[in-house]
Formats: sequence, C-alpha cells, structure tokens
Amino acid sequence: MKARDLTDLAVRNLREALLRNALTTLGVAVGVASLVAMLSLGVGLQQLAAKRLSQSGLFDTILVTPKNNFRGMGRPQREPASDKAPRPLDEDARKEIEKLPNVIEVYSQVRFFTEVRFHGKPFATVVAGMPESSRNSGSFDGMTGNFFSSAAANEAILQIEFAKDLSDKPESLIEQELVLRYAERQALAPSTTDASGNSSEPSGGFSVVPKELHLKIVGIVETEPAAGYGGMGSARLLMPLQTASALRAAQVNDLRDIVRDSTPNKTTYPSLSVRAKSPAQVDGLETSIKNMGFGAFSLLDASKSLRTFFSVFDLLLGIFGSLALTVATLGIVNTLVMAILERRREIGVLKALGAADSDVQQLFFVEAGVMGLFGGVFGVLFGWLLGRAITLGTNVYLHRQNLNSIELSSVPWWLVFIALGFAVLVSLVAGLYPASRAAKLNPVDALRYE
Amino acid sequence: MPTADSAAIHLEHVSRHYTMGAEHVRAVDDLSLSVPSGEFLALLGSSGSGKSTLLNLIAGLDRPTSGTIVAYGQNIAALSSLELARYRRNTIGMIFQSFNLLPRMTLEENIELPLRLAEVDHAERTPRVREALERVRLTHRLGHRPTELSGGEQQRVAIARALVNRPKILLADEPTGNLDSSTGEAILSLLRDLQSGLGMTIVMVTHERPLAERFADRLAIMGDGKLLLTTAAEKGLTR
Repeated sequence: MKARDLTDLAVRNLREALLRNALTTLGVAVGVASLVAMLSLGVGLQQLAAKRLSQSGLFDTILVTPKNNFRGMGRPQREPASDKAPRPLDEDARKEIEKLPNVIEVYSQVRFFTEVRFHGKPFATVVAGMPESSRNSGSFDGMTGNFFSSAAANEAILQIEFAKDLSDKPESLIEQELVLRYAERQALAPSTTDASGNSSEPSGGFSVVPKELHLKIVGIVETEPAAGYGGMGSARLLMPLQTASALRAAQVNDLRDIVRDSTPNKTTYPSLSVRAKSPAQVDGLETSIKNMGFGAFSLLDASKSLRTFFSVFDLLLGIFGSLALTVATLGIVNTLVMAILERRREIGVLKALGAADSDVQQLFFVEAGVMGLFGGVFGVLFGWLLGRAITLGTNVYLHRQNLNSIELSSVPWWLVFIALGFAVLVSLVAGLYPASRAAKLNPVDALRYE
Repeated sequence: MPTADSAAIHLEHVSRHYTMGAEHVRAVDDLSLSVPSGEFLALLGSSGSGKSTLLNLIAGLDRPTSGTIVAYGQNIAALSSLELARYRRNTIGMIFQSFNLLPRMTLEENIELPLRLAEVDHAERTPRVREALERVRLTHRLGHRPTELSGGEQQRVAIARALVNRPKILLADEPTGNLDSSTGEAILSLLRDLQSGLGMTIVMVTHERPLAERFADRLAIMGDGKLLLTTAAEKGLTR
C-alpha cells in the first residue's frame, strides 16, 4: 500500500476509538514531557554554569608567562636548563601576540593583595585592574551602578561579597569613597660610576613606598569578573586597568624580576593576559603562543571536565525521564492489542480483498507511529511548560530570598527533535508486537469472528 | 471435463484436514473439480459439508493439506504468502453473507479499498469506483455509510467492491443468506448479468437449491468434504 493510503487509513482507525487512543497518546505525551522537562533542567543548569564561568573571563583568557627554566621552590626541573636565555615577555612580545588571529586584546595583569580603608576601618582584599574590553564581556550585565566612566578614572567596582563586608546595605556604597593603601614600587637610580670611571650595570632593584589613592565606588557586581588563577583568589575590588597600572603597586612577581636578567630599556611583564574571541579559539592560540617561546596556561581543560560532568548528568536525567515513556509504551502495546481484537474481522476483510501480511503490519505500525508523533509533539509542549513552571516557581522562591532570577530550564531545538524522534521510535518499537500479531492473523478465522 | 490448462479453476485431489481438540476434521477430502472460464457454479450441500472451506481454498485464504488448485494457470497451493495476496487482489473478487463492509467508511471509500491495496493511481480511482457503482445501480448513494443502506443495497455495494479491481473470478459465500427471497433473487440476477456481461467465472456457495437451479449454470453438491455430484442446472425454469 502507498504511504499516503497507509497514513490515511491509520489516522481514520485512530479516530474511530478516539477516547482510548487520545488517552494512550496522552500517556506518551506525559512520558515525553517528563523526559523533556528533566533534560531541559539539565541543559538549563549547564548553560547557567557555563554562563557564570564565561563571565568570569577564565575560559577565553590565556595567561602568558616567560618560559621558565625552573619550576619553583622545591619542585624538580621539568627539562634540563638550556644555555639559551628565555625570551623576555616585553612590549615587543606583547605586540607580536596581539597580532595573532582571534586575539581581542593582550594586557598585563595587575593584581595585588592590599588594604582598603573605609570610614577609617581597614579591610584586606585583592585588587585587580579591569581592561576596558571587559565592559562588554557580559560580566557586568545586571550590575548595580555603572561601569567605570573612563579607562583612567579613579573609580572602583566592588564584588558583592566585599561590599557586604563594608556595609549591610551594599547599594548605599555607590558614590561613596574608599581609600586604597598600597606599596608603590620605585626603581632605584643606576649605580654611580666607580673609581675607574666605568658606569656600572643598572641595579634593577626598587624601593617600596606606602601610598594612598581615593577611589569613588561606582558599581557593585554579583558575578566574579576577575576570578583568579593560582592562589591569588578572586579580586573583590576592581578598578580600571590603566589606573591600576599607573599605581606601580608592588606585586608578587616583582622579586623574580630582580633576580632575572631583565633588559634595561624595555618594559617587561611578569605575565600577560590574552583574551580570545571565544573559548573555542583558546586551544589554537595557546599552541601558537607556546611556539613563540612563552609559557601559556588556560582553564580550557577544566571546562572540558565540566562538559563531561554535565553530559553524564544529562544522561542520568534522561534515563529517569525515560521511565515514564517506558510505561507509556506499554499503553501503546495494550491499545493496539485491544484494537486487533476489535478489528479482527476488518483485518480478515482486508486480507480477503488482497492485503498482504506486510500491509496489515505496516498499518498497525503507522498507527503506533502516529500516536508516538502526536504524543511527542504534545509532550515537548508539556515538557517546555513544565520547565517554565519550575523556573517560575524557583524564581518566586529566589525573589523572596532577595536573590536574582535565574533561567533554570532550557529547551534547545536539538532537544525538541531528539524528543520527537525518541517518542516515534519508542512507539514504533511498542507497535512491533501488535503489528506482527495482526499480520499473522488467519483470514479465515478473522472473517468468522463475530 | 476441462483440463487444468483450459479451466478457469481446476482442483485435483484437494484435501483440507485439521485437528479440532481431539477430533481430526476432513473439511475437504480428496476433491477434484474443474470450473470452465465464464461458468456460474453453485456449490450446494448441508452445513459442515465443506463448501465454505472449498471456497476459501479457491480464494487463497486457506491452503490445502494436499492436492493442487490451479486458477487461470497458476498453482495457488504453491504460491508464497505475498503472491497469494496479489492473487486475491488481482484475480479474485469476494462477497460474503454478512456483506463485510467497513461501517465507518462511506460506500465510495469501501469500494476504493481494493484499489488502495492494489496501489492504483489516485486519478484512476474515482472513475473506477463510479463504474463499479453504476453496475450495481447505486451511484446516488456514493457518500452514504453502509448502516444507512438496506441489506440488499449493502450486498450490491459488496459486489461493486468485489468488481472494482476487475477480477476474473467472483466467489460468493452465501450471498443471499441475510436477505429476503425477492432481494436474494435480485442479487443473483445481478450476478448473472455480471457473469454474462463481463464473462466472469462465478463460484457461489448456497443453501438454496431452487435459486441455484434458476441462476447457476451447474450445481456441485458436497457432503462430508467430498464432491457427491455435479449436474447442469435446469435452465428452463425462469430464465
């Protein structure tokens, strides 16, 4: 029989026992809905986590350092020290890295641990300079107050946790001033000429002078735009990178610069942050930078582990969601077996008129498939509504706890197609037994059936 | 007696035995019979004599335990299940005592059903359905459902459905069994017209010998699964 005729007859048959078939289809819809709702929560949570991590700037940023021949105190050497001096991470290197494809910007990271005074009280925190590009990174979306008015403004944005340390009402901090106390690094003058009249090497050393800077608080942010690498932890006080660089605040790496043979007339950096256009570009960029003779580090591997975790999480949610669909398939089997009993004589007539066993089998198969398709469509709709309801309920709860709303569930297109495909597939599998039973009916017995 | 090559239907030593509980039933037992092309044969006999079983064997709905059944040169006992379905679709038209129309379909859809199974083009279907309905004079009831028709009309629709694929053999299983005598006569008269008009071979199972005598060419009388005798019908009675 042609596909069009098969479908026409199948739909006609399904309409005959409308209530029973509608209930069976509803069973499939509930099964698919539970599957979609579970997976939409998994996907939503994954997107939520990924969004927060991408807003931290950790996954599209590469930390570039000069290549070390030593690994640090007490740690064994990774490779034998080469005779060749490591390439300095200077301005030339910064410009070269900046020219690499898919690089948004390259900047020196300014991050130091220091003391902040607010209303005369001391608070210890980590300060970080934020490049102008971070304004559009998404990290500051939904912040209270504003981003820095200019790239060199004496302004600060506080991370909410730090703001809460300063005041019980963080919003009231906006427009107030705080005092940043830091240690300024002042280079020592070159050594004076010796007795023979030769100029000695520059000392490369520096002295440390305590300084203060008044900063106006312009904003409070709930994300962690400067989550830190290594042991520095997240920065809680953010200021424009240009302002932070101008402070020449003493940083942890400064001592290493003294030990290292630095080039006297060029600025060298202890490290540079390279921001890629997207996390997908990070891998390639990292390789290119390493090939230039620098050390490069990114958190891409951590992101891969996260993806693995969520894949397993989604799989488990999918398995639990599928349980209801499994029960629904039993409903399809039951409905179709009942239909065979009721339509026994009709099957006999069809065979007497020339229907092959395969025609009868396909007819029941299509009926199962149609129930699966309709169940799938309604199930996706119910699942989406269920996800929205859970999100709504969660947000009402979060709102009462004075927390921000979140998007807890998400139904991407791939989930819609997978759910529909799965519903049809499972229904067809459920139709296998009834279809085969109908096909094997003896036409003589079927025609005799009253 | 026509040979297997010249006959429309030729049965040779056909048996259909089966077991029902502890009992071994010989529904058809070593039966040989030939039906020439274009003949109207009436199968007569008491209940349980094996008439309907024989009809089902000729229709390809059942398979013989032994023997050969040749219809228009095709040994249907040797056909596969798929080939048998094709044989039923293209060579056989069947009508039943209880009409067996599908109640949820209109007359047009009921008659179209064999065309769907034969995968006839959509464009060709409507004219063929109308042609079949014209033959049974029911074109004005095209959109009605079977339950809206009388018994005689329903049987006429069943005949139209059996004719729509232009079969060579029409098999009728007690076609007048559910009808009053005048309607039954009208139906048999219609079958007789179709036989002479289309040159079809008709095999009809019936209990009603007088009707069979009037409309059939030949009578075959069965008893206990065996063919007791075949005799020419007394044509002079009413025709």
